Amino acid sequence: MSHSSHIIAALVRNHSGVLTRISGLFARRCYNIDSLSVCATEDAGLSRMTICASGDEATIVQIVKQLEKLPDTVKVTRLKGIDDITRELLLIKIQYSPSQKSDIENAVNSYNATIADRSASSAVIELTDEHDKIDAFISIMHKYGIIELVRTGLTAIERGKNKI
Amino acid sequence: MKGAKIIIECLIEQGVQHVFGYPGGAVLDIFDELYLAKDRINQIMTSHEQGAAHAADGYARVSGKTGVVIATSGPGATNLVTGIATAYMDSIPVVAITGNVGLPLIGRDSFQEVDITGITMPVTKHNFIVKDVKDLASTIRRAFEIAQSGRPGPVLIDVPKNIQQADCDFVNIPRATPKTSPLDKCATAQLSNIAQLLKSCSKPLIYLGGGAVTSGANAEVIKLAETIGAPVTCSLMGLGGFPSSHPNAIGMIGMHGHKGVMKAVSECDALIVLGARFSDRVMGNRETFAPNAKIVHIDIDPAEVGKNIQPDEYITGDVKTILKKLYPLLDGMPSRGAGHWADKIANQQIAGSYECKCDLDPRLILQTIKKYSPPERVVATDVGQHQMWTAQSYKFERPRTFVTSGGLGTMGFGMGASIGSCFGQAYGKKPNSKGETPYGKTVLITGDGSFHMNLNELATISKNNLPVKIFLLDNSVLGMVRQWQKLFYDRRFSSTTPTFPTRHDLLAKAFGIKYEKLESNDKVDEVVKRALSHKKPVLIHCKISCDDNVLPMIPPGKGVKEIITDFE
Ligand SMILES: Cc1ncc(C[n+]2csc(CCOP(=O)(O)OP(=O)(O)O)c2C)c(N)n1
Ligand SMILES: [Mg+2]
Repeated sequence: MSHSSHIIAALVRNHSGVLTRISGLFARRCYNIDSLSVCATEDAGLSRMTICASGDEATIVQIVKQLEKLPDTVKVTRLKGIDDITRELLLIKIQYSPSQKSDIENAVNSYNATIADRSASSAVIELTDEHDKIDAFISIMHKYGIIELVRTGLTAIERGKNKI
Repeated sequence: MKGAKIIIECLIEQGVQHVFGYPGGAVLDIFDELYLAKDRINQIMTSHEQGAAHAADGYARVSGKTGVVIATSGPGATNLVTGIATAYMDSIPVVAITGNVGLPLIGRDSFQEVDITGITMPVTKHNFIVKDVKDLASTIRRAFEIAQSGRPGPVLIDVPKNIQQADCDFVNIPRATPKTSPLDKCATAQLSNIAQLLKSCSKPLIYLGGGAVTSGANAEVIKLAETIGAPVTCSLMGLGGFPSSHPNAIGMIGMHGHKGVMKAVSECDALIVLGARFSDRVMGNRETFAPNAKIVHIDIDPAEVGKNIQPDEYITGDVKTILKKLYPLLDGMPSRGAGHWADKIANQQIAGSYECKCDLDPRLILQTIKKYSPPERVVATDVGQHQMWTAQSYKFERPRTFVTSGGLGTMGFGMGASIGSCFGQAYGKKPNSKGETPYGKTVLITGDGSFHMNLNELATISKNNLPVKIFLLDNSVLGMVRQWQKLFYDRRFSSTTPTFPTRHDLLAKAFGIKYEKLESNDKVDEVVKRALSHKKPVLIHCKISCDDNVLPMIPPGKGVKEIITDFE
């Protein structure tokens, strides 16, 4: 994550079209969005979005204010990154030769990843971690030949007992 | 109750007296209910949905009530878009109701199906598609609430045809009085900081925007200006928010603002910004705007604070409420009497010093209209040079009397807007003994280009016998664009000389509207006087020079140092 990337958590009403409203807002005002993840929450009427956006401080403040203006928005908070638990999920399919097998297993173990599927010459590895760790793991996997990979955007929650 | 009837009942519940619109297949049910309810709500049909949207907007600008427009699906809905965007850019409360094909047909590219909520998302404050008749009444109530609350704006409700036809229980809920949002917790500290700043500055200047007009803060602004000894300048949208005849009034700010105003902006040590948004047309060059001033920003929209300019002090909320709270904190403010900077600045005003040496001066026309008009006269415009001359030369006295498309700059706005203005002035008035509603007179200042965009609405004006006084300032060119071509494109007049073959006398006759031609300064007085005293619509065709300019002018993105006061 670049140092100018910021995490914004937003609780929004769970209507159809909310995602379009929010992504439209970013496009229209030329805000840079690095990732966006949406999910249902403990309250069926609400969805939670974790938005990673990059820009200077003034831009991020504007983004928060513009999000707050949408009638579908219930609450917007900026997360500070260090004080929060941030995670991404990676699913990566690699191919390897039999001689590389143990190297791969070592890498998987040292990153606390798991092998979700395995065939004679390929495997799907699953890793949940912080953004930078996932980047690092991917760069290791480059050695073996990545067939394809998918990763979710970042999702985050505050430490402690507070709720956003 | 049928969905379509619920819509009408909800409109009546909201106090709506007039709706503008145009029928079609997907709104047959709504129009049927309008027909049945014609004793309780007036329906005004225009020539085109764009005209109806501008009419709803003009209605809202003049009356302060939410304007309502209804259109059918597909082309009816897309025809509203320019009107909705115009209202959005100027923060005008409008509720647009569109029909759509029935839910089972949505998503199948059905006849006249269009995703109007998708299309209007960027130009509405919010929009809805109603997918269950049980949500219909609450959606309409919510739409009005959103349109009117905080910073107002347009809201669109898309109602599929089967929802209009579906049955549902309906219970009337009397309209809630709009909530005024309470001030922030930190407001007290912010207010005292602002008061401190105002007490310590020596050259304060107030820059007033459309938000102050919406807030109805005129009396409070006058009091503030007098207390702190500040001259007051208005943005285009702010005109009328402070009386031009007040000694502290110094005229319009911005690209075509008075030269003295821009000097005052450069010299002031405190700039108090009330319900305004530092648009590029106001600031020119952001870096050189108000270089010596501490900036105090008061606006209802938190997102405006710091969007274009980072203020030194700010507070968000309703301008009127805030000024009322601020005023007591200014107790003990030394009085700034004669000779103070406010007087000096006001005296420097050189309004109307840009005279044209032609046979017919548009400024003289405007001054004469003003001379024969009461202060509450509503003046609408289109977009171009004629709009700026109006802003500069017609000295507005009252809020909600200047109806112009500021943010979007929509040519063709004026015709629909002046229709809406007539009805808006009648809001709440009872019909007279003959059963006629006293529609207010509206002066429309338009240009030949703008006039040709929506002149179809002459039919609406004529049919309803609306007292719209159309002054067509015909310079036979798209003057404002041509002015830019003179300045920045070496006089290559590409497509700005439309040479319309239109015979305006015959045109007016065709629509059943009285026509008069005006060609020289010496006839202005009598022609204007006659036009204004007439009870019916009139078209005054004013033949002006194609070479007149709007001056002064600060080129886009430039500062006051680069101001152009004369060229050619
Ligand atoms: C719908 C629309 N199209 C184009 C423009 C660009 N535009 C701005 S002013 C102008 C010329 C207006 O001509 P006219 O109505 O004759 O007014 P004048 O400047 O001559 O007074 C044009 C084309 C616009 N503002 N709106
Ligand atoms: Mg013209």
